[in-house]
Amino acid sequence: MSEFKIAHREASNVSVIELKGYLDAHTAPKLEETFQELLKANRTKIVVNCRDLSYISSAGLGVFMAFIEDVRNRSGDIKLSNMSKKVYNVFDLLGFPLLYEIFDHEAEAIKKFNDKK
Amino acid sequence: MKKQTLKIDSRTDQLVAVRDFVSRAAYASGFDDEEVSKIALAVDEACTNVIKHAYRYDSKRKITITVQDSNGDFEVLIVDTGRQFDPSKIQLPNMKDYLSKYKRGGLGVYLMKSLMDKVEYHIEPGKQNRVRLVKHLPR
Repeated sequence: MSEFKIAHREASNVSVIELKGYLDAHTAPKLEETFQELLKANRTKIVVNCRDLSYISSAGLGVFMAFIEDVRNRSGDIKLSNMSKKVYNVFDLLGFPLLYEIFDHEAEAIKKFNDKK
Repeated sequence: MKKQTLKIDSRTDQLVAVRDFVSRAAYASGFDDEEVSKIALAVDEACTNVIKHAYRYDSKRKITITVQDSNGDFEVLIVDTGRQFDPSKIQLPNMKDYLSKYKRGGLGVYLMKSLMDKVEYHIEPGKQNRVRLVKHLPR
């Protein structure tokens, strides 16, 4: 029943994580592992593409909170893109858009990283 | 809508079934997509809290979820027989402070209260914990 998938690819020096399906208390540990692996490999410029993410609960939001400080302390960031209105509403309800940059398209998020250089 | 009950094992892989069950009932009561999503998320948060805190991931325990319409309200009751707590001690995070300090956890109750019209806890010492989530029916 676990309808959740994570795909990882590298694009223009940025790690892109694609989320698909439900991000809840059951599936959040998988995202946590993915972030841990990226940090271990010193990949701290991360874009999370949420195009196929159909659902998020606080367990999923907690994963973003758990890694953002560490990632930023290492001169990186977690940026988000392609969020459905439904998923955006949950982020918005908690004020997360104040803390995370959220872009309509993945390419804009990648460009923001590369413009900074 | 008739009163309906779902009994699940206290496991996070059951959350999908909980959301489906509650969503179907909420649609049947006339809520639109946006409201159905809110109700399903609030119930997910309540069940997640039971799994984590009341039962501490003991998957042999059970959670009962009951939905019904009554007096213009859509009501979801989540019952467990796990660890008890004092609902008056629940502290809602100040979100601005929360975000600026990169805290984690404690968001579930905040979400439930934001998403529903009413969130009530009834603790019967030595017996059971009940969380009652209420959303006014659409007119």
